[in-house]
Amino acid sequence: MTDIERHSYDVVVIGAGGAGLRAAIEARLAGKKTAIICKSLFGKAHTVMAEGGAAAAMGNVNPNDNWQVHFRDTMRGGKFMNHWRMAELHAKEAPERIWELETYGALFDRTPEGKISQRNFGGHEYPRLAHVGDRTGLELIRTLQQKIVSLQQEDYAATGDYEANIRVFAETTITELLTTGGSISGCFGYYRESGDFLLFETPTVVLATGGIGKSFKVTSNSWEYTGDGHALALRAGAKLLNMEFVQFHPTGMVWPPSVKGILVTESVRGDGGVLRNADGKRFMFDYVPDVFRKQYAETEEEGDRWYTDPDNNRRPPELLPRDEVARAINAEVKAGRGSPRGGVFLDIASRRSAEFIHKRLPSMYHQFKELADVDITKEPMEVGPTCHYVMGGVEVDPDTGAASVPGLFAAGEVSGGMHGSNRLGGNSLSDLLVFGKRAGEGAASYVDGLPARPAVAEADVTAARKTALAPFDRTGGPSPYEVHAELQQTLNDLVGIIRKESELSAAVDRIAELRKRIETVAAPSGRRYNPGWHLCLDLRNMLMVGECVARAALERQESRGGHTRDDYPDMSAEWRQVNLVCTANDTGEVTVARQPLPEMPLRLQQLFDRAELAKYLTEDELAGFDAAAKSTSDSADASTPATKEEEK
Amino acid sequence: MGTQRHFRVWRGDDDNGELVDFDVEVNEGEVVLDIIHRLQATQAPDLAVRWNCKAGKCGSCSAEINGMPKLMCMTRMNTFAEDETVTVTPLRTFPVIRDLVTDVSFNYRKAQQMPAFDPPEGVAPGEYRMQQVDVERSQEFRKCIECFLCQNTCHVVRDHEENKTAFSGPRLFIRAAELDMHPLDAREDRKELAQAEQGIGYCNITKCCTEVCPEGIHITDNAIIPMKERVVDRRYDPIFWLGRKIFRRPGMPEKPAEGRRG
Repeated sequence: MTDIERHSYDVVVIGAGGAGLRAAIEARLAGKKTAIICKSLFGKAHTVMAEGGAAAAMGNVNPNDNWQVHFRDTMRGGKFMNHWRMAELHAKEAPERIWELETYGALFDRTPEGKISQRNFGGHEYPRLAHVGDRTGLELIRTLQQKIVSLQQEDYAATGDYEANIRVFAETTITELLTTGGSISGCFGYYRESGDFLLFETPTVVLATGGIGKSFKVTSNSWEYTGDGHALALRAGAKLLNMEFVQFHPTGMVWPPSVKGILVTESVRGDGGVLRNADGKRFMFDYVPDVFRKQYAETEEEGDRWYTDPDNNRRPPELLPRDEVARAINAEVKAGRGSPRGGVFLDIASRRSAEFIHKRLPSMYHQFKELADVDITKEPMEVGPTCHYVMGGVEVDPDTGAASVPGLFAAGEVSGGMHGSNRLGGNSLSDLLVFGKRAGEGAASYVDGLPARPAVAEADVTAARKTALAPFDRTGGPSPYEVHAELQQTLNDLVGIIRKESELSAAVDRIAELRKRIETVAAPSGRRYNPGWHLCLDLRNMLMVGECVARAALERQESRGGHTRDDYPDMSAEWRQVNLVCTANDTGEVTVARQPLPEMPLRLQQLFDRAELAKYLTEDELAGFDAAAKSTSDSADASTPATKEEEK
Repeated sequence: MGTQRHFRVWRGDDDNGELVDFDVEVNEGEVVLDIIHRLQATQAPDLAVRWNCKAGKCGSCSAEINGMPKLMCMTRMNTFAEDETVTVTPLRTFPVIRDLVTDVSFNYRKAQQMPAFDPPEGVAPGEYRMQQVDVERSQEFRKCIECFLCQNTCHVVRDHEENKTAFSGPRLFIRAAELDMHPLDAREDRKELAQAEQGIGYCNITKCCTEVCPEGIHITDNAIIPMKERVVDRRYDPIFWLGRKIFRRPGMPEKPAEGRRG
C-alpha cells in the first residue's frame, strides 16, 4: 500500500513516559536502532504528573534503610501478591537508577550533607523518596528527555543525523501489533497530526504505555491512559495478570466538579498533613487493620512525635498504604461523616507553617489556589478517592521484561506483578526506571539472539488499515464521546472501590452491550488531527481492559489491596496463591484463568517474622517454611546463613 | 445551575480558517478547557485541541484566550464577565496544524541543538554532592513545563519568521542558564554559547516572557540578564575562578529576584 510510511527499527518502544524513555536509552546504548512512539508531544507523558518522589533505599536520611527493608515494605504494601523476584530486583536496583539520573543532569532536593534528600511516604518504613518539591515526575521525564537529546547529539556528531539511531515519533498512536509465526514482526499506527499511517518493521516492541484510568469516570489519569498497551498485548496473544487490582488513590480533589479526581499528592500526609472527618476527628486511628497494627501509632501524640523521632515512635495511620486509606475515606463518607462536597478534610494548614507548605508543596498550593480558590496554608482541602493506577498488566519475565509473545516486552504500569495487589506511593517512578532499563536490555539481547527477522504479512497490514478507517465508513452511529461517558460511568458505578457480585455481573453484561455499540461508533470526517476519530479507536482498548477488570474482579472472592469485595470482606490465604490471568480470543472477548503465584524463596521469606508471614500464608505454606527454616538453621550451625549473605 | 456563554473558537488550518461562534453551557468552577471539551462532546466532535494533565503540570493546552497567551486548563471561567465573549485562538508564533493545535517543532529543534549536561569527569554515580542552596537556582528553571507560551509571546519571533533561524527563545535561555548554574556541569562556555549559538543578544529585555510564564519563573531577571553579562566579567576574574573551583558556585546574584516585575 502506497499510503503507508514504512520504517525499519531494531527496537520500537511504545510509550514515552519514564519506562519507555529509560528502555529506549538502554536499547540505544546497546547499539540498537530505536524508535520511541509518543502519543502526545515529547515530554508530556503521564509521568510528568507524579508528584511525591521515587522510592530507593539509598539510606541518605536514615542509614538503617537498605534493600531488604524496602523489599519488605513493598511486599506488605502489595499484601504478598507481588511477584517476589520483581520486588527484589526493584528494591536492589532502585538506588543505582536514581544516582544514574544525576549523571544525566537531574537536580533532586538535597540533604545538609549534599546528598539526595529523601521524604516519608505511606507504607515506607524510612524516609525513602528522592524528590524535587512536589514535581518529581517532571524532573524525571525532563531528565530522561534531555538524556535522549544528548544521545542524539552524539549520533549527530558521528553521522550528521540527529535521528540516525534514536528517533521520537511525537503524537503517534499504535493501533496494532503485528506477529508472524507467533513472534513480533512489526506494529501499525497513525500520526495524530496528519492522520497518515505508519508501519514499523521491527522484531521487538517494548510496551510502556502506562495505565487504564480513562476507563473510569473519576480518575487522576490523563486522556492518554486508555489501556493501549494492555489491549495491544492481549490482541497479540499475551497474558494480563492481576487486572482486578486497581488503585484508588485516597486523595483526589472533589471540588469543583471539573477537576474532580485530580491528584493531591501523598506528600501532604508525608509532610505532616492529617485526615479529619466532619466532626474534626482524625479517623484513621479507627482503621488500622490487624496486619499493620504493630507498625502504626495508637495515639495522635505518638503519631505526631514520629515526624521528629521516628526511631522511638510509630508512624501515624494517615501513612498506611493507599488502599487502606482510600477504603477508610469511603467508609467515613458513607457513614455521613464526610465534608460538604462529598470527601473528607485533608489538613496541613493547622499543622505546618505557611513557609513550610510553600517550600515543600508548591504545586499543591498553586493547584488549589488556582482551581478551587482554596489557600491550603489557611484552610483544609477536601479530598476523596480517585482511580489512579492499575497494578495489573502484561505478565513478564522479571529479569528481562519479556512477555510470553516472543519479541514483546513490557515495563512500567503496563506490566503486572511488581506491585501485587497494591502499589506503594513512590514505587512507580523507581519501578519504571528499574524495569524500563531491564526491558531495553532484554529487547536488545533478544535482537542479538535472533537468527532471522520475521517478515510482516501484508494481509495483516491491510487488516490493520481497514480497522483504523472503519469509523469513517459508519453513519448514524453513536458519538464516541457519548459511549466513552457510558463506559466510564459503568466502571465507576459497578467496578469501583467497593465491589460485589451482583454489580460485577451487571458490569460484564453492560460491557457486552457497549461492545456492540462501539462497533457502530462513527467518526467525524477528516483525518487531520481529528480527536473524534482518535477516540473511536481508543474506545475498543478501554472496553477491553474494562472487561478484564470486571471479569477478574468477579472471579476473585476475597478482599485484598486494590480489590475490595463487599460480599467477601476478608483476605484469604488460599486466594493469595492464585494469579488471575486474562487472555482474549479472536473477536476480542476476554476469558479469565487461574495460575499459581510464583513462590517466594526461603531466603526472602526469612526477611519477615514468622508471626507476620502467618497473617498471609496458608497452613501448608507455613509448615513448609518451618521445615525449610529448620533445615537451614541446622546446616547454618556449620556455615554462614543464607540471610547473612544477603545483608551485604 | 449552568449559564449560557458565548465562545468564539478558531477553526481551520494554516491556509484557511475563521472564528466560529458557539453558545455553550458553563458551570461553577469550570475552566476554559472544560468548555472546549464540552464543545467537542456536543457540537464539534472533530475540534482539535492538545491537552493532557488538566492541572497545569504538562504544558500541553497553551492557547491565546482573548488575545492573552495562557494555559486553557488554568484559566477559570469566573475570570470573565457572564456576558463577555471568550475568544480562543491558537498560538500565533507557530504554524497552525488544525484549530487550536500548532506545530511547535521549532522548540524541539532548538532543544536538540543545545549542548546537553556535561557530567563531571571522575565523579561516580552516587558520589554527586551539591548543596540545596546551589541547586535551587537551576531548579527554578527546571520547573519549566514547556508550554512554550514564552516562545509564543516573544516579539523577536512572534511576527518575525526570519529570526527563527538565529534565535532560540526564552525557553532555551533558561535551559542555558540552568546548565550554567548547575553546580556540577563540566562545560565552562554556556554564556558564550548563548551569545554565539542561541542569539540571546536579540533579546531586549521587555520581560513579556516572564509575564506569561504559568510557573512564575523569573525568566528575564534570573536567567536572561545574568546570561547576557559580559563574558569577560567572569572569565578573567581570578577570585571568581577560585570560587567556582572551590565552592562550585557560579557567579550569580546572591538571591533570586522576588515577585514578578512588569
